[in-house]
Amino acid sequence: MTAFQMILMGLLIICAISVSFSRNLLNSVLIYMSFSLVMSLLWICLESPDLAITEAAVGAGITSVLFFVTLKKIHAINVAGKEQEKDPSAKEALRKQETGE
Amino acid sequence: MSKKKSAEEYHKTFAFHFFRWLKGEKDPYLGNVEMQPQKEYVTDSELLLRQEKEHDAILDKVYDMEHNVELKLFHRLYQVTSILFCLFLMALLFVTISYLPATGAVEKPVNNEVAARYIESGLTETGAVNIVAGMILDYRAFDTLGESHVLFVATITVLIMLRLDKNKKGEPNPLTKEMAPNDRIYEPKNDTILQLVATFLVPIIIIFGIYIILNGHLGPGGGFSGGAVIGAGLILYLNAFGFQKTERFFTEKTYKWICFFSLSFYCLAKSYSFFTGANHLHSIIPKGTPGAILSGGLILPLNIAVGLVVACTMYAFYAMFRKGGF
Repeated sequence: MTAFQMILMGLLIICAISVSFSRNLLNSVLIYMSFSLVMSLLWICLESPDLAITEAAVGAGITSVLFFVTLKKIHAINVAGKEQEKDPSAKEALRKQETGE
Repeated sequence: MSKKKSAEEYHKTFAFHFFRWLKGEKDPYLGNVEMQPQKEYVTDSELLLRQEKEHDAILDKVYDMEHNVELKLFHRLYQVTSILFCLFLMALLFVTISYLPATGAVEKPVNNEVAARYIESGLTETGAVNIVAGMILDYRAFDTLGESHVLFVATITVLIMLRLDKNKKGEPNPLTKEMAPNDRIYEPKNDTILQLVATFLVPIIIIFGIYIILNGHLGPGGGFSGGAVIGAGLILYLNAFGFQKTERFFTEKTYKWICFFSLSFYCLAKSYSFFTGANHLHSIIPKGTPGAILSGGLILPLNIAVGLVVACTMYAFYAMFRKGGF
């Protein structure tokens, strides 16, 4: 095992731990995405480029995109609305905007 | 033999009342229970705001860590128990691992004659330079068929859960109207940068995916990875240009027909050996020169079939998550 592979393994563990410790769901998905990228590099080091291509396309690409769509649907991605949440009138306005009134 | 009851006696029995109620001749509640027409529900925004404030106040009181002793204790206990459980699980897994044979041990189940056979005569028997492709699409093609069907079934399940159907009169679901503006709340409608980047990237991504599929028996790749790359390209195109553009070439009908033809082609191409006695028969299709693009017998067409199914499935997943239909 070369030093490069050791670094990648370390990154993998750091990513895996920080996914569960991140408070923001969006950040979790982004870290999960980077986990998949590191994993695909590791697959190349392990001489299986087939898996590397699949991991990069499915793990880092499509799965995260599906996560993003789901987060948007349940209104978990709401950076602009975060400040307004404490102010009730702004919250009301946001709700009106969301329902399209 | 039971005696027939007289009409007067019968009117007193439970069965008489029950069947009368069942047929709807008499409502037992009518006249006995006070009834009022239902009031129309009015949403008062002030009331809603007050309720929300009360809710927040209750939450603040509950999560007031410094004063709520029970909650504090529970949290402490919860943390300790979870750590103990994790340690127990780790110990269990490590003990299990210690019973596995060492790496490279001769008695390991990996070291059997199958792997040697694949490596030694895979090229001559399947005609594929990429041993992995030869394995998954020739020796173990039936597994791959099941895999593609799993993907297809997954799409159908997502379709059942997320599809917004038209009702019997042909009117669209009322939710569709709500979804349409909801679809693009947090993103600009026509992002010039995204569109320009997509114009450059989408053809390259799709051509790369096609290359991976067609080159599956010669180099790394194959149907699944190539299909996933093409699906990702289609999703990028959809994000940049919206549903109006993609609907011109990809609708639900396209998806249905592509999946139907690919899966049935795969079935027919690979199940012939099961109909003729489950032997590995001598194939009529020539193997070709190893290394040429038209070689490897059935592997190339099977790769294309798998790739089509996977690409369509990935795109269908995204479209269904996004607006509940194509």
